[in-house]
Order: sequence, then structure tokens, then C-alpha cells
Amino acid sequence: MLEKNKLYTIWVYLQAEPLFWLTLTIGAFLVGDYLYKKSKLNPLVNPVAISILLVASILIATGISYERYFNGAKFIHFMLGPATVALAIPIYKQIHLIKKETTSIFISLIAGSLFAIFSTYSFAKLMKLDIEIIYSMMPRSVTAPIAMGISELIGGVPSLTAIITIITGIVGASFGTFALDILRVKDMTARGFAFGLASHGIGTARAMSRNETAGIFAALALGLSGVATSIIIPLLFKLINF
Amino acid sequence: MLKSVFIIFLFQLIGESIQKYFELTIPGPVIGLILLLISLILTKSTKNIFIRKTKEEITTTSNFIISYLSLLFVPIGVGVVMHLSYLENNYIEVLGVIFFSTILTIGFTALLMEAINNQFKKHVRKK
Repeated sequence: MLEKNKLYTIWVYLQAEPLFWLTLTIGAFLVGDYLYKKSKLNPLVNPVAISILLVASILIATGISYERYFNGAKFIHFMLGPATVALAIPIYKQIHLIKKETTSIFISLIAGSLFAIFSTYSFAKLMKLDIEIIYSMMPRSVTAPIAMGISELIGGVPSLTAIITIITGIVGASFGTFALDILRVKDMTARGFAFGLASHGIGTARAMSRNETAGIFAALALGLSGVATSIIIPLLFKLINF
Repeated sequence: MLKSVFIIFLFQLIGESIQKYFELTIPGPVIGLILLLISLILTKSTKNIFIRKTKEEITTTSNFIISYLSLLFVPIGVGVVMHLSYLENNYIEVLGVIFFSTILTIGFTALLMEAINNQFKKHVRKK
């Protein structure tokens, strides 16, 4: 009984400290990454999805609130900002490729972003979803912080947008490869660009793990579509009455 | 290592400040990315050993951070699972919209870009 008490005391102490949650998050990710590599990079064995489910089930099993977990794991979350800045390096390294394809990058960027916004809007209307949910969904293909900012601007719910955006990333990373294989797209720059444009950072991570050129074009699309969408959506709302 | 971490943080800091000051919808880190990219291009042919060494260091650090890009989405992703109730009774509709729209967007964008690139290559060959 005494032993059990002691263990409980240690647990109470540990779960209040970031160390435990950081170790758990990295550990869960290593498991996810191991399975992803073991499956020979099968897109359905998505390392992000696996680690999220592992951590979430531990939280649910122990009754720890998400706020407490996040308070500990926020150091990892914090690195998203510097990682975004760091994407300048791969883009810089391939600047000659980008210069060569400026026209196709620009056209694909505008057309792809508009396609993402309008297909989301039309499907959501078709499903008769509430307008508040539709607004929260419209910016979902860009990286979460941008999407949340746009959502707030047009009358969506930013926290709902965050959820929808992350699911979008996982869906793109998991099923995008199949779609492009069926369509027989062989151009690695086009494959990568589509991943980054439609499923932001999670899609980019997937592209990077498969092919360097695809990864770089995904990173490029991630940055460009973030900028383009944050200009296009507010502009559309001024022009059209959704 | 420390020098490159400092520079990456510094560019994000500048980006965040610009975003706040001009009240832009583009997030600070993306502005930081653009500024860092411009700085890299401007110093492309520099002969200054210090700048070249620093650039090499930034490359190593950036490659390390980017290779673990997926990990950085886990904390916010856990929040998604824990807050799924926000979707109320619209799970299937919302997931359906996300699924079809995302797959179609990926297909549309990739096909379009490949077609333009092929067109361009043909054009160059004719010349």
C-alpha cells in the first residue's frame, strides 16, 4: 500500500512538469515513425496520426486534461514557428528550379487555391452545414495559424478551423498519394506542389519523406498558398456575398 | 549551432513584429521565411567567410528541424482528438467535405501543373 502511495506521489509530481509530456510526445512520435518506416512509407500509416492517437488515448485513460498536456508539450508546438522560417533553406537551394517554372507555379497556385476554397464551400453547402461551420472550413487547406486568422476575420470559429485544418493535413498526407497514382501524375514538382497547397505542413512532411524535389515544391506551395489564401478569401468576401 | 538558432529565431521575431505592426493576416513566421529567403539570395555570391560559414550552419540546423516537421504537429493534433465534440452532430458531413475536397484539390492542382510544365517543355523543344 505504501509503495502504491509513493508511485502515486511521483505521478502527481511528474504530470505537473513539462518533462513527462515532452518525453511522451517524442516517444509516441518515435513509435509512429518506426511503424511508418516499417510499412515502407505506406501513406495510410501516417506517423502524425499514430502519435496523436497514442498520446490522446493516454490522456483519456489517465483523465488528464488537454490543457495540462499542452502546457507541458508546448515547447514542441513552439518549434512550428522556427520550422516555418527554416523552410527558406530548401526553397533557396532549389531556386533555379523555381525560376524555371515560375509561370506554372503562379497559375497552379491561384487556380489550386480557388479550387480548394470553392470546392469546400460547394460541398459544405450541399451537406447543408451551418454557415458558421462553412466559414470555419473555407481556409482549411493552409497552415493552421493562417487558417485560424482568416477564419476569425470572416466570422468562423478559429478553434473549429484548427481541428478541420489538422484533419485536412492528415487526409491529404494519407490519401493524396493514391489519388496522384491513379491520375498517373509523374512530375515530382507537380506532385509536391499539390501536397503543400492542399494539405499544408502535414502534407509537406509526407512529401519530404518521399522525394526531395517533391518536398521542396510542397514547402514552396505551403508558404505561397498561405499568403495567397489570406489575400483571396477576404477579397472574395468583399466581392461576393457568400 | 547556437548562431543559426539565433538567426532563425531573430527572423521569426522580425516577422512577428511586422505582422503585429501592420496588422497583416499573413503569420509572422511566413514573413520571417520570406525575409530569410531574400537575405539568402542577396548574399548568394558573397566572399565574406563569416557570412558563408553562417549560411552553412543555418542549412545544417534547418535540415535538422525540417526532418522532424511532422513531430511538431502532434501537440495541436492531440487537441483535435480531445475537442472532436466541437463538431457536434456534423462529423460525417464535415469529414466527407474534407475528404472529397482535399483529394480533388490535390488531383486538380497536380494535373494542372504537370500539364503546364509539359506544354512548356514542348514549346522549348520546338524552338
